[in-house]
Amino acid sequence: MDFTLSKKHEMARSLFKEFAEVEVAPLAQETDENEQFPLETVKKMATAGFMGIPVPKEYGGQGCDPLTYTMCVEELSKVCGTTGVVVSAHTSLCIDPIMTYGTEAQKQKYVPDLASGKKIGAFGLTEPGAGTDAQGQQTKAVFDEETNEWVINGSKCFITNGSYADVYIVIAVTGIIEKRGRKIKEISSFIVEKGTPGFSFGTKEKKMGIRGSATYELIFEDCRVPADALLGQKGRGFGIAMHTLDGGRIGIAAQALGIAEGALEKTIAYVQERKQFGRSISAFQNTQFQIADMATKVQAAQCLVYKAAMAKATQKVYSLEAAMAKLFAAEVAMEVTTKCVQLHGGYGYIREYDVERMMRDAKITEIYEGTSEVQRMVISANVIK
Amino acid sequence: MKIVVCVKQVPDTAGGVKFKADGTLDRAAMLTIMNPDDKAGLEAALRIKDEIGATVVAVTMGLPKAEEVLREAMAMGADEGILVTDRVLGGADTWATSTTLAGAIRAIPDYDLIITGRQAIDGDTAQVGPQISEHLNLPVISYAEDLKVEGDSVIVKRQYDDRYHMVKAQMPCLVTALAELNKPRYMTPGGIFDAYDTEITVMNRKDLVDVEDKNLGLVGSPTQIARASDKVRKGAGEVVNLDPAESVAYIMGKLKEKHVI
Repeated sequence: MDFTLSKKHEMARSLFKEFAEVEVAPLAQETDENEQFPLETVKKMATAGFMGIPVPKEYGGQGCDPLTYTMCVEELSKVCGTTGVVVSAHTSLCIDPIMTYGTEAQKQKYVPDLASGKKIGAFGLTEPGAGTDAQGQQTKAVFDEETNEWVINGSKCFITNGSYADVYIVIAVTGIIEKRGRKIKEISSFIVEKGTPGFSFGTKEKKMGIRGSATYELIFEDCRVPADALLGQKGRGFGIAMHTLDGGRIGIAAQALGIAEGALEKTIAYVQERKQFGRSISAFQNTQFQIADMATKVQAAQCLVYKAAMAKATQKVYSLEAAMAKLFAAEVAMEVTTKCVQLHGGYGYIREYDVERMMRDAKITEIYEGTSEVQRMVISANVIK
Repeated sequence: MKIVVCVKQVPDTAGGVKFKADGTLDRAAMLTIMNPDDKAGLEAALRIKDEIGATVVAVTMGLPKAEEVLREAMAMGADEGILVTDRVLGGADTWATSTTLAGAIRAIPDYDLIITGRQAIDGDTAQVGPQISEHLNLPVISYAEDLKVEGDSVIVKRQYDDRYHMVKAQMPCLVTALAELNKPRYMTPGGIFDAYDTEITVMNRKDLVDVEDKNLGLVGSPTQIARASDKVRKGAGEVVNLDPAESVAYIMGKLKEKHVI
């Protein structure tokens, strides 16, 4: 067993780090302050190939592995959690299900533009009444045999990259079926393009953190999409959504890891500069022990996140690894950023200091793409058999 | 069209310079980067490749570790990488380095243009590029701020003290590039993966064409570095908030005090 990164991964990390420091970090404050979607950065990331890292070259991607993609989200999130999640939602929640479940025609139609960053992707599962309980879906898709179209009605909420994305994976109920004597909803997934009549955007959410990330409500009113907009088999939408979220969780785990690393880096620098009682606060044992604990937890999180990324490359099912990585990394991010604010004292509570933003950004990683409680459900279901 | 770009792996001086006890650079203790002027030269070559098509060959001389800078060049878009490395080439000054690189470039068939950086941030001599052109008997245009290919010639905007010169030279020729020439592109993740899947050509002493041993390595170096030292740091500046008339009087006073005027 070897924990050393290969030279190509090391070089990829140095690329992501340089890009994050030069292109992303200078905008992180204003992205947050103005709730401004980082469109210019997305264009630069598209040119640099960051919008399709794990996508095969024949579909216009970079042909790299999930670990490389994970390191990209990690390094971006070290300086800006918003930029990290833009890439994560686009890659894991939109490109990945099309690559995994799409027909060859769907892959050819959508993936090259998404992987090159010409188009942005998003994923719509959550509804006002259906978050963790995905069976609570109300959005319906009814097939119109006369026109050979699906007619979608309903709404989705909290959709990352909303309104800026061009391609949306939308989960909807397509009927009622009987399973083991019980009537349950039949759920399917669809690819819906921005600009389709009947598809519009509702409220833009005002959030605690990742404020530059556009979080929108999606509204479907008699939105007609062609029969071939169905992604995967009819009735398999729930499985597609869950498998997609397994991949998405690795992206969010990487985002959480990056936020924790970023906050820790800033704090290590700060405690060496800040003087109290005539010496730098890094000379106090409380500071040293706090930093030691945080560095250890961040390293442990990195091991879990990279393990999950490697599992995605080699295993068909990686729900357990993804859930453990996300659960641990998200909770470490929250704990580390909170402690980092504390070590900054009053300055940590001021917006001018990055750790203030990072603490707000960290919280969402314990909530979206499956709360920490959901991760515990997934883990226990895999462990207690 | 074939463009040879000479690149050098140098210590990243942005993170501070570290010295060994004997006063020489502690290269092992410093991170390395592609020399900024060389990177601009590579970008210029890649832009020519994008516009009119070209094969870009990156060449470096150094320890085996220097292959990293070739992988970086290929991850940015260079087609080939050549590493010139041999124990007998170690300790080379600019003369021995340019002799070696010229010997390596002679082994590359049908090149049209050679681009080097103006100078490397670790040596700051600006001698190697022009010396290579002398060895190869080619025209050289140094300090390129802008570079265009027109037919079988290059047109270079050459930086000068308070103006610039527009110089045209027929290829094959050599151009030395300034970091100000352009903003180099980033590597791409896929480019990095490809670069590590591509074989690098390694040249040893025996592969160099038309060079003599007496001009190589430490023994072939007429100059020796006696000692290197860090720059003396300037003290913190002084901020003075005065109205314009008082400011002028204050500055004049300071200049007189220091016997500048």
